[in-house]
Amino acid sequence: MQETISEQTLWLLAVRDQRDRQAFARLFDHFAPRVKAMLMRGGLRDGTAEDVVQDVMLAVWRKADQFDPHRAPASAWIYRIARNRQIDLVRRRPAPLPELLDEAPDTEPDAEQILALEQETTRLKAALLALNPEQTRTIEQAFLEELTHTEISQQTGLPLGTIKSRIRLGLDRLRKELADLKPE
Amino acid sequence: MTVISHHIAEKLIAAHVAGQLPHVFSVVVAAHISVCDECRARAEAAEVLGGALMDSVGPVSLSSGALGRALAALDDEVPEPAPITRSGIFPAPVMQAMGGKPPAWRMLGGGVRQQILAADGEGSLRLLYIPPGMAVPEHGHRGLELTMVLQGSFSDSEGRFAAGDVEVAGGELDHQPIAGPEGPCICLAATDAPLRFHALLPRLLQPLFRI
Repeated sequence: MQETISEQTLWLLAVRDQRDRQAFARLFDHFAPRVKAMLMRGGLRDGTAEDVVQDVMLAVWRKADQFDPHRAPASAWIYRIARNRQIDLVRRRPAPLPELLDEAPDTEPDAEQILALEQETTRLKAALLALNPEQTRTIEQAFLEELTHTEISQQTGLPLGTIKSRIRLGLDRLRKELADLKPE
Repeated sequence: MTVISHHIAEKLIAAHVAGQLPHVFSVVVAAHISVCDECRARAEAAEVLGGALMDSVGPVSLSSGALGRALAALDDEVPEPAPITRSGIFPAPVMQAMGGKPPAWRMLGGGVRQQILAADGEGSLRLLYIPPGMAVPEHGHRGLELTMVLQGSFSDSEGRFAAGDVEVAGGELDHQPIAGPEGPCICLAATDAPLRFHALLPRLLQPLFRI
């Protein structure tokens, strides 16, 4: 199990707090090719995908003050920016975005809480790896590729709680959902 | 923050995060997340899954000079359009759907008013204003309908829905919501285009969310 905060999150914090260009370059080297892969799977051609990658990575630089490592690992935060940009382009209108939380991201990072979120993310990744190729393919299609409809049915909610611990709970449930998919 | 008693199903939130919902439903989900920490946490958990998937795909190299272009652009002044913010009972995503303007109601009779905010092949989005004690008019949903209360309340066979709550109704639900007596009920309702909906149904999130 991971015992220190990931370098990606540390780079993004350096960008947020110190406007560190070298850290931005490292983030770019790691994430830009992954964002590009997602955009191309979503149907963008190579040249367009490169332009959109530039937009996304510059948004990472400009919006870094909104990054809160207690609520999202760097990959999740960048995924959100990239996916919303992709939705804007496909739908030709801006994706509806929720209001931001009033509270400013904690400036004093709580390493233990950040690490706990990252460990939960690692467990989620392990659960993804345990799926069979067809299942993995289906989930990748939904999250990284086609932007289409899906059918929905009702399900009742749970009581309220604080958001940070709730995200981990949500991750835990997602991981269990994934574990249930494992072939017998 | 109001206490929310009717949330949005986890898989619906995940579908929103993954970009799998028609625009009109995404407006309702984004409006609800704006006032509901529980559903915000569900959305952010789904984003962690999205990020994990993105992190594990085979990367595609960029052209040489891509990083240099980005670094050179870091100091560019980019005019940011003034963000649309909440106004009164209308959360920011609803204000955005209203074009930043206050509602322009059309009378429907019986004191009921509505404003259609969007209607296209993927569905429709409208604001409804229902006087206290009046029935919400049938707006012809045979598919999926998401209704978020912005002010007041309504009740139907599924319970009482107050500000911030969302009712998710499928075609099978025969409901006749009545506005609460405490004052006019204002809600945001998204319906899908019934013919399109069932035709396009995906397999996509099926295994994960057991649709």
